[in-house]
Amino acid sequence: MRNAYIKAIYDLAKEDKNILALVADNGAIVFDQFRCDYPEQFINFGISEANMVSAAAGLANCGKIPFAYTIAGFITMRAFEQVRNDVCLQKQNVKLVGVGAGMRYSAQGPTHHATEDIAIMRVLPSMNIIVPASPREAYAATRWAAQINGPVYIRLEATNEPEIYEEDYEFQLGKGVILKDGGDITLVAAGSIIHDVLTAANKLMEKGIHARVINMPSIKPIDKDIIIEAAQETGKIITIEEHNVIGGLGSTVAEVLLENRCSVIAFKPMGLQDCFGKGYGSHAYIKTKNGLSPEQIIENCLKMIGTLY
Amino acid sequence: MREISDSTVEIVTEKARVIRRDIIEMLGKAGSGHTGGSLSAADIMACLYFWELNLDPLKPDWDGRDRFVLSKGHAAPVLYASLAERGFFPREQLGTLRKLGSPLQGHPDRKKLAGVEASTGSLGQGISWAVGMGLAGKIDAAPYRVYALLGDGELEEGMVWEAVMAAAHYRLDNLVIIVDNNGLQIDGPIKKVMSPEPIADKFRAFGCETIAIDGHDPRAIMDALSCARQVSGKPTAIIAATVKGKGCSFMEDRPEWHGVTPNTDEVQRALAELG
Ligand SMILES: Cc1ncc(C[n+]2csc(CCOP(=O)(O)OP(=O)(O)O)c2C)c(N)n1
Ligand SMILES: [Mg+2]
Repeated sequence: MRNAYIKAIYDLAKEDKNILALVADNGAIVFDQFRCDYPEQFINFGISEANMVSAAAGLANCGKIPFAYTIAGFITMRAFEQVRNDVCLQKQNVKLVGVGAGMRYSAQGPTHHATEDIAIMRVLPSMNIIVPASPREAYAATRWAAQINGPVYIRLEATNEPEIYEEDYEFQLGKGVILKDGGDITLVAAGSIIHDVLTAANKLMEKGIHARVINMPSIKPIDKDIIIEAAQETGKIITIEEHNVIGGLGSTVAEVLLENRCSVIAFKPMGLQDCFGKGYGSHAYIKTKNGLSPEQIIENCLKMIGTLY
Repeated sequence: MREISDSTVEIVTEKARVIRRDIIEMLGKAGSGHTGGSLSAADIMACLYFWELNLDPLKPDWDGRDRFVLSKGHAAPVLYASLAERGFFPREQLGTLRKLGSPLQGHPDRKKLAGVEASTGSLGQGISWAVGMGLAGKIDAAPYRVYALLGDGELEEGMVWEAVMAAAHYRLDNLVIIVDNNGLQIDGPIKKVMSPEPIADKFRAFGCETIAIDGHDPRAIMDALSCARQVSGKPTAIIAATVKGKGCSFMEDRPEWHGVTPNTDEVQRALAELG
């Protein structure tokens, strides 16, 4: 996803002089080409995320379209009040791009996880939140973000996530994507964990269970229709996210269900259960350690179906 | 002032050499991590852990201990090597850096490893944590001292200066701020990326006793730490001029070695140079 973002911002910069790439001492090598070809559209703020975000608001106020990019936790948390007051409250056309979100920087330890970022960005009025699941989605979402006027948070993971889309995929704000249809249960996910969900859904099929898999790249605004429909047609919903279940995708889906008086038989948010990411090691290991492996998804599906049928 | 004998200098120099070897070996095994900024701090850490700090590895939580906070948390390997050499945990454990389930994480985690005073990694926060510890020491009239090691790029974080201001305002003469002034950050020379210069003048203007030294000269480091003990009514900032990657010629002063680890071949070359 990171490389897809860099490609997108490069292409955008070529098309529009107002597009700016902002970094906070994280631009070496990956931005070499950009810096070389569009030096005037590249600003390195050094290790000062708060300053970068407020300065981005100032730039936007003068007609620029700044994309401020650094590690997800640092841009959403270190600079939170700057995001609130200067970007959202004053509706500035600033794009925040966080990399290494969730527990993707598993080997860096917990200060480098971002498992609350969706929740805190979601409470900010005027903020749009995009969680790409694959490189193509990251590319499309970045291009889309440049087109709209207003704050966007793009939550990226790292590199080498497998692809789920065709080349012509276009991102649509407020739209979920059904990757696999099914009528027995619905699995909603955001981010690269969608691959674990698809693995789980395919294994469930061998057991005769047909799970609907929805990728939800747009967390705010969320696709209400796709959730309501899933509730009506499958009655059971599990959300899966690499984030605290408080305030993230699970909460968002639950709010939609309740507000629209959807009667579901069962609902379960999978994610960090009000805790910080546990364990230490590879990304796959740490997902398992925190209850987010394909096996654990299958187990939850079986429980939900088994106990209720 | 404390006497610094030739044999003391010799001991500390040898410890720094061993710490550098540990850093290379553990990063070689881990395959990921921060090499340059760990090596640049090795002499400072050797002086702290083998001369300055009042610690008891058998009682890592002892109330009266001196506190060391690695504000530049990415240099975890130099901290782990120092703690292991000082007897906080077995040296063999160094080989588990960044491995599944190891307490030696990519950035230090105080909940996982005895001797780690603060879970750092988000730059700028460690120094404020150290200011808090210094304030507590003052409130309790406790004799312990507090030390924070910062990167020079880290000085670009605004909160660093809020912390320095508070340290001077509250007259924290029990606090020593050490800057590993290796001149580099991830994206290149600090002077090119976002210059925090003139560093010593800034600390002085913020109310610190400021000492500029060669951060690879153990005698100079120990002298500065001794001077800091004589200072009263204000914190001391030691600006230690260092070379990133110090000790391995092919890494020295090269920004690309910030977050890259040596391969098998490079490990052998580095160890041969370190002796
Ligand atoms: C708040 C925050 N922003 C960004 C980073 C990413 N980062 C890790 S190390 C580093 C460069 C540090 O440079 P410096 O402080 O000079 O350290 P040294 O040269 O001693 O390694 C950066 C930007 C971080 N860890 N924390
Ligand atoms: Mg530096």
